[in-house]
Amino acid sequence: MTTTPIKPVSPAAPERSETPIIMGMIAVLAVLPLLGVYPYFVMQALCFALFACAFNLLIGYVGLLSFGHAMFLGTAGYASAHAAKVWGLAPELSILFGTLASGALGVLVGLIAIRRQGIYFSMTTLALAQMIYFFYLQAKFTHGEDGIQGVPRGLFLGVLDISKPLVLFYVVLAIFVAGFLLIYRTINSPFGEILKAIRENEPRAISLGYRTARYKLAAFALSAALAGLAGATKVIVSQNASLTDVRWEMSGEVVLMTLVGGLGTIFGPVVGAFIIIAMQQYLAEFGQWVLVIQGVIFVACVLAFRRGIVGEAAKVLRRNL
Amino acid sequence: MKTSVSTLALMAALALPGAAFAQDKNVKIGVLDDMSGLYADVGGQGSILAAQMAIEDSGMAAKGWKIDLISADHQNKPDVGVNLARQWADQEKVDGIFGVLTSSVALAVNGVAKEKNLVYMNSGAATSDLTNSACSPNTVHWTYDTYLLANGTGKAVVKSGGDSWFFLTADYAFGHALERDTTDVIKANNGKVLGSVRHPLNSADFSSFLLQAQASKAKIIGLANAGGDTTNAIKQASEFGITGSGQQLAALLLFYSDVHSLGLKMTQGLQFTETFYWDLNDGTRAFSKRFSDRMKNKNQPTMVQAGIYASIIHYMKALEANGSNPHDGVKMVEKMKSMPTDDALFGKGEIQPNGRKIHPGYLFEVKKPQESKYPGDYYKLIATIPANEAFTPLDKSACALVKK
Amino acid sequence: MFNISTQALFAQLLVGLINGSFYALLSLGLAVIFGMLNIINFAHGALYMMGAFCAYFLLNVLGINYWMALILAPLLIGFLGVVLERTMLQRLAGLDHLYGLLLTFGLALIIQGLFQNYFGSSGLPYAIPQQLTGGQNLGFMFLPNYRAWVVIFSLTICLATWFAIEKTKLGAYLRAATENPTLVRAFGVNVPRMITLTYGFGVGLAALAGVLSAPINQVRPLMGADLIIVVFAVVVIGGMGSIMGSIVTGFALGILEGLTKYFYPEASNTVVFVIMAIVLMVKPNGLFGRA
Repeated sequence: MTTTPIKPVSPAAPERSETPIIMGMIAVLAVLPLLGVYPYFVMQALCFALFACAFNLLIGYVGLLSFGHAMFLGTAGYASAHAAKVWGLAPELSILFGTLASGALGVLVGLIAIRRQGIYFSMTTLALAQMIYFFYLQAKFTHGEDGIQGVPRGLFLGVLDISKPLVLFYVVLAIFVAGFLLIYRTINSPFGEILKAIRENEPRAISLGYRTARYKLAAFALSAALAGLAGATKVIVSQNASLTDVRWEMSGEVVLMTLVGGLGTIFGPVVGAFIIIAMQQYLAEFGQWVLVIQGVIFVACVLAFRRGIVGEAAKVLRRNL
Repeated sequence: MKTSVSTLALMAALALPGAAFAQDKNVKIGVLDDMSGLYADVGGQGSILAAQMAIEDSGMAAKGWKIDLISADHQNKPDVGVNLARQWADQEKVDGIFGVLTSSVALAVNGVAKEKNLVYMNSGAATSDLTNSACSPNTVHWTYDTYLLANGTGKAVVKSGGDSWFFLTADYAFGHALERDTTDVIKANNGKVLGSVRHPLNSADFSSFLLQAQASKAKIIGLANAGGDTTNAIKQASEFGITGSGQQLAALLLFYSDVHSLGLKMTQGLQFTETFYWDLNDGTRAFSKRFSDRMKNKNQPTMVQAGIYASIIHYMKALEANGSNPHDGVKMVEKMKSMPTDDALFGKGEIQPNGRKIHPGYLFEVKKPQESKYPGDYYKLIATIPANEAFTPLDKSACALVKK
Repeated sequence: MFNISTQALFAQLLVGLINGSFYALLSLGLAVIFGMLNIINFAHGALYMMGAFCAYFLLNVLGINYWMALILAPLLIGFLGVVLERTMLQRLAGLDHLYGLLLTFGLALIIQGLFQNYFGSSGLPYAIPQQLTGGQNLGFMFLPNYRAWVVIFSLTICLATWFAIEKTKLGAYLRAATENPTLVRAFGVNVPRMITLTYGFGVGLAALAGVLSAPINQVRPLMGADLIIVVFAVVVIGGMGSIMGSIVTGFALGILEGLTKYFYPEASNTVVFVIMAIVLMVKPNGLFGRA
């Protein structure tokens, strides 16, 4: 039985540079708080956008649907919160520590998870993430239900006072852009081409002499580390690390963001993250209806709208986005 | 439109600086509570109602004040609570946050209130840390705390022969604090603690925890949890025949709503400590009548809801005494500390320098079904703990605000 | 000869067996659905929860007792499953199976969100049926009658399902249709209908488990969400293809959890996942799985 693999349905488009669009996106993001948008909201959305981009690296370019990516977001969050609060590390070092911790966890989880494909891979990541969740629920340093509160912000790189909202905003934006560009570079590198080859036809890639397991593991670890970068940054923004970031609902949320924006598109995860976070922010008073609306969007995307917003736009404009 | 109006206001303010600021009688307060979870019966919609009643009863509107009330559900998650509190401060410009059940959320919001200089009057959280290690010049802790529960219930149970304990503890700040404070009391009264097991917040199945407690052979199984967790544990203890086999439960924190939902048959004889009971005196009865008439489910108020009412009343008094709203949390809390408290629900009292509001505590026992004469007639008063003994003595407070 | 600690050990094992009953019923439903439709039914936990709510409403609105609910709730929720399959899942034929996972995840969010809206997240009480109140003193523990009933009843249902699928003619069609739908269709069997009914049956099993758990766990909107991930791990350990595998693994892991609660309670929540990781390293297809 042959099935269409879960992957972007990108039209064969003439190679055109995305650089102007990337520049435009950064410019728009940079002026948002100056236009009166609540900076805290934009920072949250940026962290989730980076998280979704990291997730998209796996699903969009390797064809692996991780249903446990919250473990990387949360691990980095706890690690950096602990580093900043208990060890008193500077914010940039805390974020670096969190990112490395998630990367290391990514290697371990990857070693187990990439032994299986498709649905088995998804369930394995989900179950391992739940194991991590229970570990954090009980571990002393995470303070369980209480979470780590009052994480200090301090001076970024020793000079930038990130207790000021606007300074913090541009630091977060810079981190996001750095992560985004790293992903963009990766998927357009020879390494990225091999990943795409694995996604299209793994046996063929193997017969061409590629050790696909190694490539998949590397991609998994990179995705985990970048998800960690998002989680660590998010902790410095919100000044707390909590179980919410490691729950399986969070793993589902990042799938939703990417699906809404467009699987395997460059800008899709960013668009999706902003839409979902805006929804949560501005519909918060409707309580659990937000959950219902998210579910409806999920179903609608899967049934009728598999390309996502950016994917549809790319089809209309006949170019890669 | 909005800009031009505020520009006008700004111009007016610049033209008449003194008058414009002196007349600032706009106040915005928020009730942040568990609206849908296991503590929703303890706080929830009743908390919002209590706040509304306090605003109405204060008569502030007639004196030219404009009091806005907003509310939100923190879902018992500290991160949700912190984000809401921060957003309220940044965007809604609230002056004070009230309620905040669940110790973990309460401690987290405590930090935001200090950072944003809000008034923060907690009624619902149990942890005594709020007025000890985590005390803040912005915070008043109103209704009860773990020190009171431990000294009220814990001491009474040990003195009546329950001298060996096993704890079933909710695994977060509240359960830890309650277990810690109760253990101190048990040891001080020559009792011993044989062990404890921690269960996750909002557990459904207590069977394996209860079996561990049973195997410990302790005389008393101390329930260091609250709300839905307590009611589930009590129910299952009776299902597994634990209460029938010689071991006794001690519900360290039991609310009116818990007794109401479990019924007297299952809760009779339990001793516990509260600071408010609807049927305590004429003042509490009058308030509770008005309250339950307006509740959808006609429930009587819990002590948490009563605390929200009383704390807002006191805040309003302080605002009135100040003449205008300074939008300054520390200043208003200082003002409140300088004024004695007096309301129909908790009687006369005061707010101590560490933010602890003191009033008497009451040791109650749940009546037997045949002793209950009318709907809601659940409690029998066993002992009254005077206000100056009910809470941590000031000289033992770990709060830096207390001058020693 | 029982001293305190062996008493406690046996008691925990028995509690584990009770939990295992739910794992087995739920993973059996998942396995049946997976075998036929090749999708992981993420909505399984939500439908289990709906089974419990169904029993609650039957009792409190219509006055229909537990025993009737045990039959009616699975039929009603099973019918809902049939509708979901016909209107939604069927449209995913030919796409990657992961879309099925995503779709049912969305459905789970909708169902849970709706119930949370109306019922909050704490539980509604559902009384134990009169005939099963009280309990037996087994010497090492007091076993409530209702819990004993849960173990016996779910074991019976599991074995009956196994028998129907592995030993009857209908089951043979079913298995054949899993292997080669085209060929079975050539024999004149209506394969799409068979798929629909299989989904309805699997969902019905979830609802049945929901009714069984209502008196134990309280009827809560999130009761399924908490459980389903563990059941996923059970399915991965047992091996996705195997009916017997999911039954045996379900009960075995329940007991193993009970053991852990006795020897090292801190790990009782994680033990299933640790086992899963080990099984995946050693036998990637699961203990009973086919390659």
